[in-house]
Amino acid sequence: MSRADVRAETEGAAPGRGGTRSPSPLWSLGLLRSELLTTFRRWRTLALLAVLAAVPVLVGIAVRIETGDGSSLGGGGGGGEGPAFISQISNNGLFLVFTALAATLPFFLPMAVGVVAGDAIAGEASAGTLRYLLVAPAGRTRLLLTKYATVIAFCLAATLVVAVSALAVGALLFPVGDLITISGTRIGYAEGLGRALLIALVVAASLVGVAALGLFVSTLTGSGIAAMATTVGLLITVQILDQIPQLDALQPYFFSHYWLSFADLMREPVYWDDLVKNLGLQALYAAVFGSAAWARFTTRDITA
Amino acid sequence: MAEPSATGPERPGRAPEREPAREGGEDAVIATRGLTKRYRGGQLAVDGLDLTVPAGSVFGFLGPNGSGKTTTIRMLMGLIEPTSGSARVLGLPMPRASRTVLPRVGALIEGPALYGFLSGRDNLLRYDAADPTADPRTRRERVAAALDRVGLAAAGGKKAKAYSLGMKQRLGLAAALLQPRRLLVLDEPTNGLDPQGMREIRTLVRELASDGTTVFLSSHLLDEIEQVCTHAAVMAQGRLITQGAVADLAAGARGRLVVTTPDAGDAARVLKEQGAADVVVDEDRVTAEPPERDLAEVNAALVAARVRVRGFTLERASLEDAFVALTGEGFDVAG
Repeated sequence: MSRADVRAETEGAAPGRGGTRSPSPLWSLGLLRSELLTTFRRWRTLALLAVLAAVPVLVGIAVRIETGDGSSLGGGGGGGEGPAFISQISNNGLFLVFTALAATLPFFLPMAVGVVAGDAIAGEASAGTLRYLLVAPAGRTRLLLTKYATVIAFCLAATLVVAVSALAVGALLFPVGDLITISGTRIGYAEGLGRALLIALVVAASLVGVAALGLFVSTLTGSGIAAMATTVGLLITVQILDQIPQLDALQPYFFSHYWLSFADLMREPVYWDDLVKNLGLQALYAAVFGSAAWARFTTRDITA
Repeated sequence: MAEPSATGPERPGRAPEREPAREGGEDAVIATRGLTKRYRGGQLAVDGLDLTVPAGSVFGFLGPNGSGKTTTIRMLMGLIEPTSGSARVLGLPMPRASRTVLPRVGALIEGPALYGFLSGRDNLLRYDAADPTADPRTRRERVAAALDRVGLAAAGGKKAKAYSLGMKQRLGLAAALLQPRRLLVLDEPTNGLDPQGMREIRTLVRELASDGTTVFLSSHLLDEIEQVCTHAAVMAQGRLITQGAVADLAAGARGRLVVTTPDAGDAARVLKEQGAADVVVDEDRVTAEPPERDLAEVNAALVAARVRVRGFTLERASLEDAFVALTGEGFDVAG
C-alpha cells in the first residue's frame, strides 16, 4: 500500500462515524503471534515442556540400566497399557519415541494441555487482562479462535518435545537402524523416522478434544486455577471410567478411548480403523465444545 | 436530569442547516437511554440511566463506591450486556458496533491489569496487537511514545510485576494512549498515585482534552472532578442524580455572600433588609444566602448605611456543596 493510499484512507476515516482506520486483514494475525509469544514465554509453559522432555530421558535411562548386561528387557508381549514397544528399545533407539509417546499420552500430555487450555480464558479473566484485550478490541470470536489455535500449537509443541527428546536419548543410549514393525516386517530407518513423525502428529491430534474441552471449561469461570483443576479432573475421571467394563457402551464416546490406536501406524499394512475413529472423535469434541465455548464466551458479561 | 436539552442527541431542533460538515451524533460522544443492568440475583446495579456526554468535554462521572459507575462503563465498552435500554458511543450502538467504536476509544477500567511476567513494553505490545486496526509497522514507535507520555520510558524494560501501583496505573494509561483516540474512558485514573503523580495525570488529561479528545473520567474524589472537568454527572445507588456543566451544577447550590466588616451587627441588619436569607454573624464575618437582586445594589446599600466594608465576596459553591444539596447526605456514603 502506498503512502498516498494510507493518507487518503485515514483522512476518509477520521470524520466519518462509520469509518475505521484502514486495517489490513493480515494485522489480525498479530494477536495470534502475540498469544503464541505470551504463552511460550510463560514460566509455567516452559516447566510443563521440561517435565515432558524429562519423561523419555527417565524411560531411556531406566531401560539402559535394566538391559546393561546385554539381555533384552523382560519378555513381555502386550503388557497392560498399550503396545509392547518398550521391549524393543534396547534393539533400536527409535522405539523410545513410540514408548515415550505411549507413556505420556494417557496422562502427562493431556494434563499439560488441560493446564494451558483451562488457563486460556479464565487466566486472563482472573488477571483482569481479559477486559483490556476485549476493549482493544480483540473481538470475542477472534480472541477465542486465537486461544484455541494457540492451545493446538501447544499440543503439537508438547508432543514434538516428547518425540524429539526421545529420539535424541534413544540415539544416544541405544543402537539405531532398521526396525521391525508390530506385524513382524522390517522397514528402513528413514521410513521408521517418517512413521515416528506421523505418530507424533496423530498423538498431537489426539489432544484436540481435551483442548476444546479445556477451553470450554475456561469460558465458564473467572478463575484460572479452577478451570485447570476442572479440566485435569475431567481427564482423570474419563480415564478411570474408560477402565470400568460395565461402561463399555459409553466408552467409544470418551475422548481418550482410541488414544493408543496410534500404535496401529506401526503395523504393515497400517490398520486405519481405530485411527480414523480417534480422529473423528477428536473432531466431534472440537466441534461440540468449541461451539459451546463460543456460545458461552460471546454472550458472557465480563465483570472481572 | 438537569439539562437534557442543551447537549442531547435529538438533532431536529438544532438548526441542522448551519453545520453541514458535522454528522449526526458528533455532538454526543456518549448517549444512553434508559440504560439498565440487573445482575443475576436481582441486584439492580444501574437503573434507567440517561447520560449525555458532549463532544470535547472533560466529563466527570461521580459517585460513591458501589453506585454503578463501573457497571455503566463496562456497558459502554461492550463488556456487559445491558438488561434494557440502549447506549451509543461515538454515535454508534454498543455493544453491536464494538469493532468500529473501540479502536477509537482508549480505556482504563477498574485499575490496570498487566501480565506480570512481561515487561511494561511487552504488555503494551500485546495490547496493541489485540487491536486489529493497529498498524504493526508503527507498533514499536507508538508503544515508545505512549511510555514516554506517561513517564515510564526508563522503566519500560522492567517486568510489570516489579512495578509499583502508581507505575501500573501509568502503564494502564499508556495502553489507553497507544492510538490517537476520540474518547478516553478513565475509571479512577489517579488511584494509587502520589500527589505529584495525580498532578501529572490531571495535566495529561487537560492536554488530551485540548487536543480535542473527549475525556470521560470517573472518580469518587470531588475536588479532582472540580479541577479538571467541564461537565459532570452524579450517580448514587444506580441512578443518575444530575448531569450538566460543572459551573451550572455548582451554581445550582448557590454560593454564600461573605461580607467582612468591623460593623457586623449593622451589616447583618442591612443584608436582611436587602432580602438575604440565613444571615450568620461570626465576629467580623457576616455570611448570607445572596438575595435575588444585583449584588452591586446590596453593596451600595451597605455603604449607604455607613457600614465599613473590608471585603465583599461571593464564595462560589463547590461541587461538594452541590452534591450535598442534591442528595441531602454526605458524599462518602456507600450506596
